[in-house]
Amino acid sequence: MEVRDGLYYSKDHEWVRVEGDLAYIGITDYAQHSLGSIVYVEIPETGSTVEQGGVLGVVESVKAASDVYSPVSGTVEEANEALEDNPELINEDPYENHIAVVRMSNKDELELLMDKARYEEFTKGE
Amino acid sequence: MRDERLIFEKSVEGRIGYSLPISDVPKVNINSLFDGNLLRENSPEIPEVSEVDVIRHYTKLSQRNFGVDSGFYPLGSCTMKYNPKINEDMASLDGFTQMHPLQGPESSQGCLELLYRMDRYLSEILGMEKVTLQPAAGAQGEMTGLMIIKAYHTSRNDHKRVKIIVPDSSHGTNPASAALVGFEVVHIPSDERGCVDINALKETLDDTVAGLMLTNPNTLGLFEEDILEISRMVHECGGLLYYDGANMNAIMGIARPGDMGFDIAHVNLHKTFSTPHGGGGPGSGPIGVAKELVPFLPVPVVEKQDDCYVLDYDRPLSIGKVKSFYGNFSVIVRAFSYIMTMGPQGLKEASQTAVLNANYIRKKLEDLYEIPYNRTCMHEFVLSAVRQAKNGATALDIAKSLIDRGYHPPTIYFPLIVKEAMMVEPTETESPETLDQFIEAMRELAKLAEEDPESLKKAPRKAHVTRLDEVKAARTPVLRWSK
Repeated sequence: MEVRDGLYYSKDHEWVRVEGDLAYIGITDYAQHSLGSIVYVEIPETGSTVEQGGVLGVVESVKAASDVYSPVSGTVEEANEALEDNPELINEDPYENHIAVVRMSNKDELELLMDKARYEEFTKGE
Repeated sequence: MRDERLIFEKSVEGRIGYSLPISDVPKVNINSLFDGNLLRENSPEIPEVSEVDVIRHYTKLSQRNFGVDSGFYPLGSCTMKYNPKINEDMASLDGFTQMHPLQGPESSQGCLELLYRMDRYLSEILGMEKVTLQPAAGAQGEMTGLMIIKAYHTSRNDHKRVKIIVPDSSHGTNPASAALVGFEVVHIPSDERGCVDINALKETLDDTVAGLMLTNPNTLGLFEEDILEISRMVHECGGLLYYDGANMNAIMGIARPGDMGFDIAHVNLHKTFSTPHGGGGPGSGPIGVAKELVPFLPVPVVEKQDDCYVLDYDRPLSIGKVKSFYGNFSVIVRAFSYIMTMGPQGLKEASQTAVLNANYIRKKLEDLYEIPYNRTCMHEFVLSAVRQAKNGATALDIAKSLIDRGYHPPTIYFPLIVKEAMMVEPTETESPETLDQFIEAMRELAKLAEEDPESLKKAPRKAHVTRLDEVKAARTPVLRWSK
């Protein structure tokens, strides 16, 4: 299971890549692996606001439908529309296919997330 | 090679399956009767086939069906118990089938008496004050119950209660129904015993909580032993308790939701009370309520006045109607027939046997499969195929392989909190011989999963259709035939 360096991770298996005030958010390799083949992704509306821990979208696999929680608060700057027609992109490369980009309203929230080493440790216990 | 053509593909131009006498009414051109915008441009594509073509086509399709009448059907959380045929006899009596729903109460006393007595029986079984038989299924029962919760708080001018709490092991319908009625859904985790985490519950309880929805026994097939403490806590903060009756088959005649402190409870007649379930439905999901909630029940309510049964619509606090007429009446007749044939002792024994059967299978499989919360279960249990999955044969592969052995697979990948979950519910109507055969099949598959996991990947081999591409079916479904 791949965990990438330089990203932040949440307990709900989302990753965050920070570029200035923008947070690129997707689900981890661990998450896509447990879900199995993803058949549908519901992306958020651009301009909508999300709270940390609030629902950012939904991923549906042959096994189950799961909410994607936003690891940070802010405004949705962009949603990855490519996933609507090609949900399998997440299975193919979960770290290169973000679900949404959120303009963060409170960068301090990042401190509540895990780094690579801690997330690796966390998934061992799951 | 089997003929897999659709009925449309069997069509031959000009072939007909009927013969009518020559019409003695003069033909009129349709264009002279209707404006062009009302007429379709092309004829509908109705298959042109003979009568025997139609009969063979649909008979073949029906033979591919797998139901509880064809074999063991241990689909967890669904209670696919056998549907006694006496129920069908009773439901087809002229006195029921020849009724019109708009007939007045004076000429439908028999039907009203049945509805009234069904309300009394179910109230007694659930430990509730009164039951509405209107909801057409469990999820509609949930919606009705939640509307009553909302109406109750509103009637007390308590408008800040916007949250419904559901455990993470709940049926997906619970949060869905709560959201539909306009509540905010709050999930709470299960503890290491697989039950509601009391501390997590404590943290979420405040004066914004409208209620808690709980299945007991829960979806792991485990009894929530802290239920009295849970109901005390929820009531103390002013919330109500909703009982999801999906697993009522474990406790019928033994424990009552009302006695556990629940204020509202639904039962699925198509599960616990032996009416057809699944494609053979329709369903029926009556709900019972505690005394203070009776004024909010849907109208009409069947009441007994002296020796007459009447439909009471004069109920100002009622949430209104939730279903046309009086619910799925003929389903209610079947369930009534079941209760009458079984009697109080029989219903209790059904639950006892259901629990015994589940525990029997659990004990006979616990050495080969992981059982995450392995203690005495109720009418169903959840095993995990993690050991087999490590080797490459997942819960899905084992389920598909069961089809080749003549079984309907158990529920898989639910509840979500168990990895590689397989949820087995044998029900009380299965003999020890059937259970042993199923156990043997599961043990053989565990062995195969170790020695030759690849062989499971190709299952089913003997079914009419072999392994389907579920991913493709979900991503690019073809739902319509076209030339």
